[in-house]
Amino acid sequence: MSTTTEAVATLPPRKSGFFGRLPVLKQLRQSVGLQRGMLITGLVVTAIFVLVAIFAPLIAPYGFAQLRGPDGPFGAQQPPSPEHIMGTTVGGYDVYSRVIWGAQTAILVIIIAVIFSIFIGILLGLISGYIGGWLDRVLVVIGDAIYAFPSLLLAIVLSIVISGGQSSLWGGIFAAALSITVVYIPQYYRVIRAETIRIKAEPYVESAKMLGASTPRIMFRHVLRNATRTLPIIFTLNSSEAILTLAGLGFLGFGIEPTAAAEWGYDLNKALSDVTSGIWWTALYPGLAIVLAVLGITLVGESLNDLADPRLRGRKRVKAKSGAMSATSVDAPLPSDLDILDENATAPSSTDGLENSK
Amino acid sequence: MMTTSTLPTDTPSVVAPKPKSAGGGLGRYLLVRFLLIFPTIFILVTLVFLLMRSIGDPITAAQGGKLPADQLQALIHAAGYDRPVIVQYFEYLGQIFTGNFGNTLSDNRPVTEVLLTYGAATLELAFYALIVAFIVGIPLGMLAAYFRDRFPDAVLRIFAILCYATPVFFAGMLLKLVFSVYLQWLPVAGRASTRTELAMQSLPNKTGIYLVDSIALGSPAAIGDVLSHAVLPGIALGLLTAGVFLRLVRTNVIGTLGTDYVDAARSRGVSEGRLVRKHAYKPALIPIITVIGLQIAILLGGAVLTETTFEWKGLGFQLAAYLAARDFVAVQGIVALLAVIVALTNFVVDVIAALIDPRVRY
Repeated sequence: MSTTTEAVATLPPRKSGFFGRLPVLKQLRQSVGLQRGMLITGLVVTAIFVLVAIFAPLIAPYGFAQLRGPDGPFGAQQPPSPEHIMGTTVGGYDVYSRVIWGAQTAILVIIIAVIFSIFIGILLGLISGYIGGWLDRVLVVIGDAIYAFPSLLLAIVLSIVISGGQSSLWGGIFAAALSITVVYIPQYYRVIRAETIRIKAEPYVESAKMLGASTPRIMFRHVLRNATRTLPIIFTLNSSEAILTLAGLGFLGFGIEPTAAAEWGYDLNKALSDVTSGIWWTALYPGLAIVLAVLGITLVGESLNDLADPRLRGRKRVKAKSGAMSATSVDAPLPSDLDILDENATAPSSTDGLENSK
Repeated sequence: MMTTSTLPTDTPSVVAPKPKSAGGGLGRYLLVRFLLIFPTIFILVTLVFLLMRSIGDPITAAQGGKLPADQLQALIHAAGYDRPVIVQYFEYLGQIFTGNFGNTLSDNRPVTEVLLTYGAATLELAFYALIVAFIVGIPLGMLAAYFRDRFPDAVLRIFAILCYATPVFFAGMLLKLVFSVYLQWLPVAGRASTRTELAMQSLPNKTGIYLVDSIALGSPAAIGDVLSHAVLPGIALGLLTAGVFLRLVRTNVIGTLGTDYVDAARSRGVSEGRLVRKHAYKPALIPIITVIGLQIAILLGGAVLTETTFEWKGLGFQLAAYLAARDFVAVQGIVALLAVIVALTNFVVDVIAALIDPRVRY
């Protein structure tokens, strides 16, 4: 009995396979009270961020590199006015427009960075964890070394290498994204490797091996699908870190040229000297944009993380109906819940895992 | 440096499942942990070298276009950058082994000297930041655990996330705007006013750590001046870590509040507040020690940004200046040196953690 409760408690109910899942909705139903509030707030802020990025051309009154309107130049460091609701920058750009366009740049960088690091990180983690041996040991030491190093410094070095410091829209976006990618690969790698090592010892992997499934098949079919449960959490937390790293690079002058794209970190760099003379609008709005974008994504990630950890999951629900938790996980035995079922050796549905390999 | 090929065979990684070794104990753990420093430094230095060299030689990067081609070639030849990369690589490794990280191109100073001059400033900043992080993070984390899932907890958790979500340079700019420009309470930038700096220049044995120097100077005005310059950068950088501490303390206190010995104390009638203050928080601090290791790396990264924001003339500020001058020898040297520092501090932190908590020694 004790093993049953422990297994259920440490492995919360999860979603179905990699594609058919709707992770956030599942968590939304699971959450209560405060946690639900945080999750919803995060989702709303993130949704606004994404929508602004998509519809930037419609929302922004001017282009990100536009210096003059129909009645002449905008002028530099103009305070907020009806024409420029957030004022203009030291370079004479419209702050509001650049804040809006900046969302687009940030999203592009996140997408590219996260896709790259997920694919490379997962692949390395899977191979390293499943095959083991010297390759595993070398990769672990390299991963740990990179992980321990200040990520911003590494990103600086990489952005020098990739773009020589400054570049065009896509050059700049790729440089920033790839710098971030290399920094975050070790994170995915660690998680997937640890999960792979755990899953490798599961009985269903052994049975698949006995039945003659090939190594790649076991790796991708049996291990990978069960190793991805923590990915949404790392994914969200990494996206927010990606925004911060991009802004940090921009702030140090490794951003994207202002004529190529709008980037919040670059604008803050240019606003640094404005602050001393009391010009607040050039710094405040791009900064707030960063904070809001990161806050929204982090709230989602934190909530997912808390909901995945029974020690942190809202208590009220457990108090109210203490039997409910174990009921949900047994009621609907999803394929990814298999390892729970295997450990308990309860339901006949635990053969689900073997069907794949037959 | 050939240790790398043989070493990993007996070094369980941090993420590897802990082998159930019966004995070994502290001595073996410390030895293994010490040996692990070398591959870490080796990998980082190699990585940085290969990356920086993959874009060509540093002299072309710094001077390209400014000098005629033949002069450029002469310079490259004199510095030995026209030799095969592998030769340069081994030479570089040998130099690093003897503590020589090369000379900067722009002002031709040894990188180690740059580190000694500016490292003190960064150390001082990191120290202030850690103090802020402890003062803010730990009590608030305990408070959040005490009010778990109630309103104050919600506020504190949002605060923690805000600490993380606000880039240090933006936090610094806001602080500057409010406290230096509008309220005019604190200085805008720098480490001390010119007068204090001049006074400290006359000290016989300067440490470069202004707080120590100003105390040695014995003038309360100088100490006050140094501290007033430190407040804003310290807060800007410290809040970043404070948020991490807050979350960590909260999670761990909540964890320990559910353990048997706390339950036993609770059943004896110890109040919930006293449980948090006296019983649950000490074991919750152990993870903080281990996290400080990773925080050092984050603090160093944050220091680059904070120092640029506040013109705090430390390593990060200098690094940014060398970056702007495209002096990649200096950049490579500083980054490699920082790698060494990070590896060493992580080692020290792990040793302290192992001394405090026997469970860490696997």
